[in-house]
Amino acid sequence: MVQGPVLVFAESLGQDFRKASLEAVTEGKRIAGIVNTSLVAVAIGNGIKDRTSYLGAYGADTVLVADAPELKTFHPDYYRTVGLEAVRKVNPGVILMPATSSGKDLAPRLAIHLNTVVATEATKLDVEHDRLVATRPVYAGKAFLRVTMKSSPFIATLRPNAFNAKQAPSSKTPHVEELQFNKPQSRMTVHEYHAHAGKKMDLTEANVIVSGGRGMGGPENYKILEELAETLGGVVGASRASVDAGWRPHSDQVGQTGRTVSPTLYIACGISGAIQHRVGMINSKVIVAINKDPEAPIFGFADYGIVGDVFQVVPALTNELRRYLGK
Amino acid sequence: MISRLKWRLHGYNRFHFYLFETPFRTAKPYSSSRSRKFIGHSKLKIIVCIRRVPDTATRIKIAPDNRSIEMSDVEYVINPYEEYALEQGVQLKEKHGGEVTVLTLGPEKSTPMIQKALALGADNAIHLKSNNFPDDPSAIARALAAELKNHQFDVLLFGKKGVDDDNHQVGEMVSELLGIPCATQVVKLEIADGKAFGTREVEGGSITVEISLPAAFTGEKDLTVPRYASLRELVAARKKLITIKEPQPFPALLETVSIQYPPPRPQGRIIGKGVEAVPELIKVLHEEAKVI
Repeated sequence: MVQGPVLVFAESLGQDFRKASLEAVTEGKRIAGIVNTSLVAVAIGNGIKDRTSYLGAYGADTVLVADAPELKTFHPDYYRTVGLEAVRKVNPGVILMPATSSGKDLAPRLAIHLNTVVATEATKLDVEHDRLVATRPVYAGKAFLRVTMKSSPFIATLRPNAFNAKQAPSSKTPHVEELQFNKPQSRMTVHEYHAHAGKKMDLTEANVIVSGGRGMGGPENYKILEELAETLGGVVGASRASVDAGWRPHSDQVGQTGRTVSPTLYIACGISGAIQHRVGMINSKVIVAINKDPEAPIFGFADYGIVGDVFQVVPALTNELRRYLGK
Repeated sequence: MISRLKWRLHGYNRFHFYLFETPFRTAKPYSSSRSRKFIGHSKLKIIVCIRRVPDTATRIKIAPDNRSIEMSDVEYVINPYEEYALEQGVQLKEKHGGEVTVLTLGPEKSTPMIQKALALGADNAIHLKSNNFPDDPSAIARALAAELKNHQFDVLLFGKKGVDDDNHQVGEMVSELLGIPCATQVVKLEIADGKAFGTREVEGGSITVEISLPAAFTGEKDLTVPRYASLRELVAARKKLITIKEPQPFPALLETVSIQYPPPRPQGRIIGKGVEAVPELIKVLHEEAKVI
C-alpha cells in the first residue's frame, strides 16, 4: 500500500534541470496518478528558483526549492541534508530520482537513514496489488529483476533515457515553497566541476552514440568517429578493448565495467560484440554495426549491418549524411 | 596447506553484546563530531571491503522458480570494482607504510577469493562467514558497519557496485552508518597530511574533493590497474591471518518478485558490403527505423 505523496528529486545542471530529472518527474506524475496522490518535486541547485514552473509543466503539484551557492555542485553531505529535510516535510510513500552519478550516491544515503532500501537504475515501474514493483537490470542487463520492498518509502533511481519526459496535458502553476538549507558540518570540501574537454554530454544521456572498438587500430583513428558523431549530434563511445589499450578514457567505455546506454541510435564500428559490450548497449533502440568480419557476433544482434572496412564506410556515411541532413 | 584460521574471543563476545544492544537497528542522524579520528601517524590503516561475484563473462541462467539465478558452472572472482579499490589500498600502503585489511561478508566458499586478495597485497582478512546471509544491500551494509565499529582505520575502500546485482548502495550506506564522509566513484586518490584528495568521475566531467581522514571511497574502473599475483605470493598468502566471525543478522528489505531475460531483439539484417551499402543504410534508418 503506497501511502503519502510521490517525491521526485530534480537535479539541475547549471540553470536547467537535467533531462533525466524531467523523465523522473514525468514518471512520478504517472505513479501519483495511479495511486491517487500528489507529486512533490525537490529542485536542488543554484540559480534555479525561477525555473520551478518548468517542473509544474511536467506534472509537479508542489515544488520545494533548495537554492544555494553550496548546492551548485553535488556535495553528499549537503544534498543528504536537503533530502532528509524534504522527506521530513512531505512524508512521502515513494521517492524517485534519476540514476545519475549524484542520484546513485544520494539515494542509498537517504535510504539507510529512513530504514529502507533502493531499487537501483529501474527501467520500468508498475503498481501491482497496491504496491510498487521496479524492473531493474542485474548482471549489467543479462537479466532483469522485478523487485518490491518490505520497507517504506519505496526509493528508486531511474535509468536515464529509459523513461519519457513529457509535459503534462493539464499543466498548472505549481505551489512553490522554499526549503530551508542549513549547511551541515562536513569534513569534505567539493571543488569545482571540470567538464571533459570537447565532450558535450555524457554517454548515458546521448541520443546517438558512435562507438569504436579494437578494429579502429589506434587512438588517432577515432577522428572519423568523432566526425560521424558530430554530424548526428551524438557522442563517441568505446569498447573495453580500446579503453584497456589506452586509446580512449574510461568515461567513454560502454559495457559491463563501463556505461550502460540506451540511445536512439548506436553505431558500433570495428566492435566484435563480446557479451560484456553487448549488455552495455543492447537496450539501444536501433543498433548499426560496421565490421569487416562477417562472422563477428555483433551482426547477431545489430538491426542493420554493413560488412566492410570502417575506414572506408564511416567517412562515406558521414559525407552522405551531411548531404542528406543539409549540413 | 590449510590456511591459519583463528577465532578472536573478544570479537565473538562483542557479537553477543550487539545482539542485545543492536546499535544499528535505527540509523543515527549524521554527525561529524564523532569520536572517530584520523589516527595521526604517517602510516595508514586501510580496510578494503571485497566480495565474491561471478566473472563478467558468465552467461546467466534463470532457475526454474523464475526468482533466482542458477549458480552452477560459475567461475567466481573478486568483484572488479573492489579489485581496483584493493590495488589502491595496497599502493597507498606501499607509499605511506601501514596495513591493509580486507573485509568480506560471504559464504564459506569465499576463502579462495580472500586468499587471492591476500596474495595481491592485503596483510590480513576478516571473513564474516554466512552461507545464507540475505543478498540485500541494506542488510549487508548494516552487518559490515557493525563489524567496522570495532576497528580504527584511516581509509575505508569499496567498489562502486557489485557486477552481479548492480545495486550501487553498500559503500554509501556503511559510511552513513559510521558517520564518516564518503566520496563515490573515484578515479584518483591521493593522501597527504591526514587528508585525502580524490577525483570523482561524473557525467561529462570530473569533480575533485578534499576530505580529512578517516574517510571512505568507492572505486570506479579507472582508479588503478590491478596487479597479478605471483605463485610465490599465492603460497605466502596462505600463511596470512584470516579472522572468521559470524555477521550480525539483519533482515532483507528488497523482495524479488521475478527474474526475466531481457526481451529478445527482432532479427536484424546485413544491408550490404562496403561503401556501396551506405545510401541503403541511410534510407532504412530514415524510412524503416525512423531515427534520422
